Amino acid sequence: MDSEQHQGRNFGTSFAAKRTAIMDAFELDGAAEAVRVLVPTGYGLNCEAESAAAFELLGAQVEQVHVSDLLAEPGRLSQASILVFIGGFSFGDHVASGRVFANRMRFGLGRELARFIADGGLAVGMCNGFQVMTKLGLLPGALGEASPEALAPQQVSIVGNDRLGYRNAWVRMRVDPESPCVWTRGVESIESPSRHGEGKLVFASDAVRDQLFAERRVPVRYVDAQGEATSEWPANPNGSPDGAAGLCDASGRVFGLMPHPEAFLYPENHPRWLARRFGAEARPAFGLGLQLYANGVRAATQT
Amino acid sequence: MSVHRLEIEVRPGLVDPLAEATRKRLETWLELSPAALQTRKSYHLDLGLSDEEAQRVLEALVDPVAEIGALGMLPDPERDGEAPWILSVGFLPGVTDAIGHSVRRAASDCLRRSLDGHAYSSTLYLVWGVDGPTLEAAARELLYNPLIERHSLVQAPRSVDLRVPRAGSERAPGVEPVALREADDATLERISKEGMLALTLAEMQAIAAHFRGLGRDPTDAELECLAQTWSEHCKHKIFASPIRYVDPQGDETLIERGLFRSYVRAATEAVADARKQSGADPEGEDFLVSVFHDNAGVVRFTEADHLVYKVETHNSPSALDPYGGAMTGIVGVNRDSFGTGLGADLLSNVWGYCFGDPRGPLRDRSGLPPGLMHPRRIRDGVHHGVIDGGNQSGIPYSRGFELFDGRYAGKPLVYCGTVAAMPVTVPGPPPERAPRPTEDKPIAVGDRVVMVGGRIGKDGIHGATFSSVELDESSPVQAVQIGDPITQKMMWDFLSEARDRGLYSGMTDNGAGGLSSSVGEMAEATNGARIDLAKAPLKYPGLAPWEILISEAQERMTVAVPPAQLDAFLELAARREVEASVLGEFTDDGRFRVDYGALEVCDLSLEFMHDGVPLPTLEARWSPAQARVVDAGAAEAALAQLDCGAALLDLLARPNLSANDDRARSYDHEVKGLSVIKPLLGVEGDVPSTATAMRVRHGRDEGVILGEGIHPWLSDIDTEAMARACVDEGVRRVLCAGARLDRIAALDNFCWPDPIQSAKTPDGHHKLAQLVRCCQGLYDACLAYGVPLISGKDSMKNDAFLGGVKISIPPTLLVSVMGQTPDVGACLDLEPRAAGDRVYLLGATALELGASELERARADAGSPLPPTDLPRTDLEACWARYGAFAGARDAGLIRSAHVCARGGLALSLAHMVLASGLGLELELDTDGLSAAAQLFAESTGRIVLTCAEAQGEAVEAALGAHGLQRLGRVVEAPTLRVSTGAGSGSGSGTVIDTTLAALRGRFGEALHGL
Repeated sequence: MDSEQHQGRNFGTSFAAKRTAIMDAFELDGAAEAVRVLVPTGYGLNCEAESAAAFELLGAQVEQVHVSDLLAEPGRLSQASILVFIGGFSFGDHVASGRVFANRMRFGLGRELARFIADGGLAVGMCNGFQVMTKLGLLPGALGEASPEALAPQQVSIVGNDRLGYRNAWVRMRVDPESPCVWTRGVESIESPSRHGEGKLVFASDAVRDQLFAERRVPVRYVDAQGEATSEWPANPNGSPDGAAGLCDASGRVFGLMPHPEAFLYPENHPRWLARRFGAEARPAFGLGLQLYANGVRAATQT
Repeated sequence: MSVHRLEIEVRPGLVDPLAEATRKRLETWLELSPAALQTRKSYHLDLGLSDEEAQRVLEALVDPVAEIGALGMLPDPERDGEAPWILSVGFLPGVTDAIGHSVRRAASDCLRRSLDGHAYSSTLYLVWGVDGPTLEAAARELLYNPLIERHSLVQAPRSVDLRVPRAGSERAPGVEPVALREADDATLERISKEGMLALTLAEMQAIAAHFRGLGRDPTDAELECLAQTWSEHCKHKIFASPIRYVDPQGDETLIERGLFRSYVRAATEAVADARKQSGADPEGEDFLVSVFHDNAGVVRFTEADHLVYKVETHNSPSALDPYGGAMTGIVGVNRDSFGTGLGADLLSNVWGYCFGDPRGPLRDRSGLPPGLMHPRRIRDGVHHGVIDGGNQSGIPYSRGFELFDGRYAGKPLVYCGTVAAMPVTVPGPPPERAPRPTEDKPIAVGDRVVMVGGRIGKDGIHGATFSSVELDESSPVQAVQIGDPITQKMMWDFLSEARDRGLYSGMTDNGAGGLSSSVGEMAEATNGARIDLAKAPLKYPGLAPWEILISEAQERMTVAVPPAQLDAFLELAARREVEASVLGEFTDDGRFRVDYGALEVCDLSLEFMHDGVPLPTLEARWSPAQARVVDAGAAEAALAQLDCGAALLDLLARPNLSANDDRARSYDHEVKGLSVIKPLLGVEGDVPSTATAMRVRHGRDEGVILGEGIHPWLSDIDTEAMARACVDEGVRRVLCAGARLDRIAALDNFCWPDPIQSAKTPDGHHKLAQLVRCCQGLYDACLAYGVPLISGKDSMKNDAFLGGVKISIPPTLLVSVMGQTPDVGACLDLEPRAAGDRVYLLGATALELGASELERARADAGSPLPPTDLPRTDLEACWARYGAFAGARDAGLIRSAHVCARGGLALSLAHMVLASGLGLELELDTDGLSAAAQLFAESTGRIVLTCAEAQGEAVEAALGAHGLQRLGRVVEAPTLRVSTGAGSGSGSGTVIDTTLAALRGRFGEALHGL
């Protein structure tokens, strides 16, 4: 706005000031500024702005690259330490969510993706990104020995919500503290908007499912008002079994979930922010969705 | 070429959600309960594949975990010895099949080669336990729309159906002259009507005269091009023509410059002048950046961004194909805001609908003429269309409303709007890349005309002219287009990149009138353009040149590309899989010239195209069918008998005021991660917010605040009062949420029944007079509030003639308001914060129940209220009040604020309880006005606010001079209790005593499950 003194109000802060405050709050230093984050875009994906902002606010270097350019130069993948599969409607989710996009990645970039993960790369996906990651076999990843040369076969799918149709409402997830997932470390619970029509996890077999739960590779679960994992709507928006909201691979460095923590970068994103701020002393520096990405950046600095 | 068919279904044992939803709809809408129901996806690959290749494509498409599939057919199992009926629903030839496009892409990816031909998608429903004829009838009512979809119904066992809806013909393109020069008046009228040209006799005569002067007849394409350009939809003739107006006092005036120049544009110019006089804006930083001449209005926001806003209507197509028509509405207005200046970044959508009552059973068509869809089905389709269009485009919605009245059963109103952020500058062309203002379009002679995006088909031919006439049995099917949001998203991702590389000099949307309008308009920049239609990519062969010229096929922009940037532009387009075709170039010869290869198709002077339309003087006379005589005494006597608590619960259960979160939550409102005050709020997330707020860019705290006002029922009494009420409510809403007083802009959308006197419209003079008074009210309100009208749209033929029945909408003005805040963290909503806080009403209430929701409820219940006045809106008093309010708000004195709007104070109080889960303990002073009148009158200019007990005195000091009334306090117990004071004239007593649970029960009643 044109005047700092406008009506005598205290102003919100600039991007740079926000970043400084956020990096301080998460105790991130110059190492974070060396973390390179690759955000593939295009083909109907649409969460690039908030996904990029999440990592920029944490000080990392973010590069948005159109998938067609990435397919043309697959080598760009190896320069990144974090790969982000963003939300949206890749190819309209025609046929099935993420299917056409995942095929294109598998046929054009499958080997490079397998190598990136084998080399300790971090990856995170939200919503359509998570759907794509399961259809690529990146999640839950190998169930036995992983191959550095090829993607694992698809073992999990994400299908239409039990209640047909897209719905936008906030959900609460509980984090499994025993999970190997590096992205959820130190976080007890997460609130985020859920915005999808296809979010129900389906496992190739009961054995696959049992193994994933036994290995604590279901790091986030939808919980009800009492904090218990639930498959009941609306606390669980899609009927996913045992409240499973996301998955990680065996290393914990590859993580995906249906809800959108990248849409909770600012305290004012929360639907009850005015009620929460009432009576509070200070304005929080960030929205709690940022915690997950801070964990990812920190893990990247420790590689 | 061999065709392959694929069928895919959910793996046995997993839920088939489409089947579940279909079963529920058959049950609740048609009371039909099949024994079992299952769905499949089916794709026809007309791609010249070998069997082995088709098998590989199938494997790439089927989910190995969740689905099974087959080449040809999956088995159709019997259940209880009964074979299923199989209903197949696909698209008609030529209708956009976005899923089919994706399947072709997927096939090409998996086979790693490019493919010719098409893929076609359809849905199969396998139904057991319903006989064929019943299923046939149910399918027609619920599962397909014969205007755009084909179906087949067979009982198993069936044979493999390999038929595909190939479109097109081998017809050679040709150009035909139309013998206009010698035609008599009857012939001219016949040519216009039969050709769906929507040209009046005077216009046809003007065209004939023009061509007599040229010594030749027009070509079919020239006549079509003029019909599009001169259509009411594109030319706004009713707003441009002089009007002889007789006002309610019987005085006659001549509005020589027409309504748009005299009132709409004049209001904005007057506001701009006043800002200049008062020095409101620093030098070179005018609030108004670009108004009236581009696709959307542009205002100043920060040093980095302007804001763009446009609201459109898409009524006629939505009446015929609610899903496709409404989707085209939203993705079309996206293109308008996107295509403003050199391009803006889309930020948020708004929607609003006016429908007939959706609550009657689907088979109860009483009062509905043949040929009209049931309002429930229209509503269902419209919602789905805008949901899919908005969600798939990745644009969150901010505002959404629904209103219901039987008069919208003929043509529903479907408002769709889009806010965008426009960078103040973008890079110029390489290599200098000097920043240039984004709001300008520096198109130069020699720049190429490039069409970008989708291909051209027969879809959407005559959309502009069709929406310029009433709906009847002969309404053209082709006028309906279906959007393909993904093709469009890929197009604007590409164009945004091209913008930031400085690769083009201008663009505009291909909407109404197609290329004839887009190139015709852009040609005004250089005074000429020449294009070759043979270079335009078609969806299928066999289109005549005139059809190519005016097709409104979706997802297309026309872009001006300087020759030096052409290679880079086309190379980037190819890399992004966006089709871009060079059709011609901009010239300066004053002509719009169109060829098809060697054929001359069109050669029109731009001057005649844009200024040749005759504008006869129209007649307007205020002559209401019956005068309304206000009877205050009788009304107060009736109101004194009213059970206010019961009346409030009844209002909450009326569709106009009931919760619609069931539907609204299917629209994404949070993608982009910028939302602050959401469209739905409160502990249960079901209360519509007063206004919505969102950040505009990540990492910054400035925000945009949106609200609106729409009061169609006021037009039954007085359109001038309606316009004032609409502006007032929209402005009041954004101020409640925290908008700056000095940065408010508004948009006007007029939807009117035909206001031109004719045999079909014997009351045209009055309807036009209603329009005049509406414009006068709008002008006065905008001036008083200092609010410019930065963009607008009119839709003037909202009537349906079917089976001898005419249904006309009530004159309806929508005022959409856009405010700004320097800090979203200072925004407020309507929810009281804490028990003990004080509750005040700011602004006086009068005995204004005319056209109120209570008045309609009483009439529906068979005990009408005696007539009272309608809200008049004291503009000067309101504006002074809002200034004081904004001061108190910015001083941090106020904790929540909500407007009194439809349903009056009572509804606002109910919202506050529903949102917070807290109670209100209030007392009304009934010295002047009965409690019922105070609770249900819809007087404008009022705000209910809460503040901390400790701030009470300061609030009273700040606002006491502006009609501040202390109502009571917020309490912990979740009850709404309103009583009249001991000192009141009518004695003390409780008038409302109801619980949160009771309020929520009724609030969720009317629209739930529809």
